[in-house]
Amino acid sequence: MKKSKVIKEILLLIVAIFYLSPIYIMLVNSFKNRQELYENVLALPKDFSFQYYIAAIEKMNFLNAFGNSLFITVVSVIFIVILSSMTAWMLARTNNRISKIIFMTFIATMLIPFQTIMMPLMQEMNWIMKTTGIPMLNTRGGLIFMNIGFNTSMAVFLYHGFIKSIPLSLEEAAMIDGASKFGIFWRIIFPMLKPITVTVMILNVISIWNDYLLPSLVLTQKELRTIPLSTFYFFGEFTIQWNQAMAGLVLTIIPVVVFYVFAQKYIIKGIAEGAVK
Amino acid sequence: MSKTKNRFWFALFTFPTIFIFTIVVIIPFISGIYYAFFDWDGIAANAKEFVGFDNFLKLMEDERFRHSAWVTIKFTFLALISVNVLGLTFALIVTSTLRTAKSARTMVFMPNLIGGLILGYIWSFIFSDAFSIIGKVTGFESVFYNWLMSPDYALYAIVLVFTWQMAGYMMIVYIAGIENIPYELMEAAKIDGANYWQRLRKIVLPLLMPSITICLFLTLSFAFKIYDVNLSLTGGGPINSTEMFALNIYNEIFGYSNYGYGQAKAIVFFLIVAVISLTQVYFTKKREVEM
Repeated sequence: MKKSKVIKEILLLIVAIFYLSPIYIMLVNSFKNRQELYENVLALPKDFSFQYYIAAIEKMNFLNAFGNSLFITVVSVIFIVILSSMTAWMLARTNNRISKIIFMTFIATMLIPFQTIMMPLMQEMNWIMKTTGIPMLNTRGGLIFMNIGFNTSMAVFLYHGFIKSIPLSLEEAAMIDGASKFGIFWRIIFPMLKPITVTVMILNVISIWNDYLLPSLVLTQKELRTIPLSTFYFFGEFTIQWNQAMAGLVLTIIPVVVFYVFAQKYIIKGIAEGAVK
Repeated sequence: MSKTKNRFWFALFTFPTIFIFTIVVIIPFISGIYYAFFDWDGIAANAKEFVGFDNFLKLMEDERFRHSAWVTIKFTFLALISVNVLGLTFALIVTSTLRTAKSARTMVFMPNLIGGLILGYIWSFIFSDAFSIIGKVTGFESVFYNWLMSPDYALYAIVLVFTWQMAGYMMIVYIAGIENIPYELMEAAKIDGANYWQRLRKIVLPLLMPSITICLFLTLSFAFKIYDVNLSLTGGGPINSTEMFALNIYNEIFGYSNYGYGQAKAIVFFLIVAVISLTQVYFTKKREVEM
């Protein structure tokens, strides 16, 4: 009995490690020179020189791309949390036709795939730029604006469900004490929303950080590229030197792994919650 | 509290979101329907020509679009099976009492956090170089060669990468379902002498049906809308053999500059996705009532 359990333990670990073998292949080949790489892609590198990393950082303009990704993701997520929690609270606490219609519209539009609106969206943004002069395209702000628009409906939906489970009595007590709606929301309600806020943040960080298609349409200037964009151009512009390419890919994955290590518990909980609803 | 004051707060709290949402989602969606009835090359100076339902009729005759539809259906079907079989298997294993289960769960979920575009690039290296070496070492050169170069096998390559990406995600959803199964139920069955397979078939799987429904539909809609992996792994090639719906729409609009026709495809795409999702909602709601 005991022996079979040990075998099972080891077997499971082997399966899990095998599952991550592509990561291993990527990692070892980011250190090998051309000849070593073609001799055996699976072998460990003979020495660990970081020259391909240095080359990849330069060619991808990695630090710049990382900064753009970080800025766009953080600012978008902050706005999504603030705006959609406020909206969801009002919608959940107002029991009339208008608020129901607004909520249903948010839910219904979650069905629309991005490809269905990408072209008209770009036309509209062009038009706004021309008529009002507001730079919607080729700016981080424009992309953030669109990220908010695309991600609030899901966030409103999640917040709405959570708020419905909070008893009204707390708000009513505060109301009698003469607190304004603004004060009630930020002092009493928002702190109670913490669990669902974490879920909303996690889901949005993952989707916005990894998004390729929308940024590729909005940002054409080289200095504005996010990580997925600079990876795309890195693979397109240069004849493929695999060791450099692998080093570049390792770089793009490092932030994700760090995020995973620190927020693992919340990520797994967030994914489970986001999927079931 | 007066009514006007309430209205003021309602507007203050909801207006910013509704304003952004309308500009980014609602207006493009409506104008998108409008564009679908025109023939237009996307250049503002050139006139849009109204063609009625011609774009939609043309679409049914379009050989490339029909091929892309077929590839998407085939891909979705294969992905449904592979993602869910693997996801459920992993979920059953990592909810066991094994001490390594937790680290295994962490590792299997990992690929899901990496963006599809980057996953595609990692695997394009594996298919083009690692596979040939594995083939030489193991002697299975007929299986391990560069799948991406073969019009028949490239699709399986996408299925493989997509499975690698999504199995961990579905595993998480299945785990949530498995953890909801009452412990007493399993204990009682064990005492009655039911072996592992009997417990799995008679207790676990029937009680997991809601999770299975959710996962099947989630995979269905993710697979149907696949874009990033498709782009970075095969780019639709070789010779358009793996160009799926989303990529086909993108290429039609921004590649061939058929803005009106491409938008008609995009509307059809929306209708199919909507039908899939609404069926899902219908089934999950129905089951909730039964439970």
